[in-house]
Amino acid sequence: MSQGAVVATVRRVGAQTSVVDVDGSITAQSESELMNAFTLASSGTTRGVILNFSGLEYMNSTGIGLLVTLLVRANRQQQQMMAFGLNDHYRNIFELTRLNEAIHIYPDEASAVQASEAL
Amino acid sequence: MHDHHEREETAPEGASTTDSSAAGAPAPTAPATQPVSRDAEYWAKGVTILHADQKPSDGINLNVTGRRVVSPIQGFGQMWEKTYQVRLAGASVTPEEVVAVWKEEFPSFWPSGNRFYRPLTGIRPGEVAVLNLSMAPMVRLSTGVMVLYADPESFTLMTPQGHVFAGWITFSARKDGDVTVAQAEVLMRANDPFYEVGLILGGHTRENRFWEYTLVSLAARFGVDGQVISEYQLIDKHRQWKNAKNAWHNAMIRSALYDVTRPVRWGAQKVRRSS
Repeated sequence: MSQGAVVATVRRVGAQTSVVDVDGSITAQSESELMNAFTLASSGTTRGVILNFSGLEYMNSTGIGLLVTLLVRANRQQQQMMAFGLNDHYRNIFELTRLNEAIHIYPDEASAVQASEAL
Repeated sequence: MHDHHEREETAPEGASTTDSSAAGAPAPTAPATQPVSRDAEYWAKGVTILHADQKPSDGINLNVTGRRVVSPIQGFGQMWEKTYQVRLAGASVTPEEVVAVWKEEFPSFWPSGNRFYRPLTGIRPGEVAVLNLSMAPMVRLSTGVMVLYADPESFTLMTPQGHVFAGWITFSARKDGDVTVAQAEVLMRANDPFYEVGLILGGHTRENRFWEYTLVSLAARFGVDGQVISEYQLIDKHRQWKNAKNAWHNAMIRSALYDVTRPVRWGAQKVRRSS
């Protein structure tokens, strides 16, 4: 289904932490935007990449697949992926697909950043 | 056409970046009142342990009830993304119509010898289907799948513990210009070391043929002599040895044991009845 695009904005929030603000829809059309954002976020001294899903409006199963692919890239680079801003629905999807076993979910940005900086 | 390559890292192009560390303004978290997400009705809800009621007269329902679904994260083997596409050139059919037919007649497109016992309500989010797959002459695999996601243009089946692979398959259709393209996309890792060896020793080829056959059959359903384009990408070449213990649930071994011990169960049943 045509569900619009995603905008992924990267912020450096600590010595070894980047946040990717995800706004819009995560579908097959989001691949290059998300991959490029991840490449920016994971460069340099980054040890933790935090995905901010506060602006997530729509996600299909291909979108979940993209997140799995991002996770593989992070693992390959010995980096940790974290998330916050998930509403109940997307939190349930993470649990259903068991993505929450590999991407740690935090209640807010501050706690995610704190965990990342402690890596 | 087969394209087999490891996914390459791409340089950043479109992603924007800002540095807010100086500003020190964290992004807002999820709002307190949460509107219903537009995709909510398409996803399975609250399924942690699978349950399959089907009692096929010509097959077995084994290795499904009581199992959890597994994503590629929980799998063992190398992680692959495989895409199979067929262009329905000349068929006047929308992506929604293709997916509706695909859902409704799903098993009819499979190679013979393989059975898909779907739930009574059909392919809907959260429903569980039982599979009896012909792996080789006299070798039957009983397993299942859960409908993870289903919208008008796609549906996704996720595998349980013990299945050949951990992951999901998304079946979809889309417009490419004037032509509707049907696609099956697999994201998978072999579930355990036995399956990984099996996939290397011909299992991948067998699976590729399975889905290519399926897409050709689907195209024929719409009167098209379809040519399947397949693409295989190795997403992660590493094996997850911590998950080697998944072999405990191996559905192939359990299906074989079930078949081998059938005379024993038959005898025990007869003794119980006579006493």
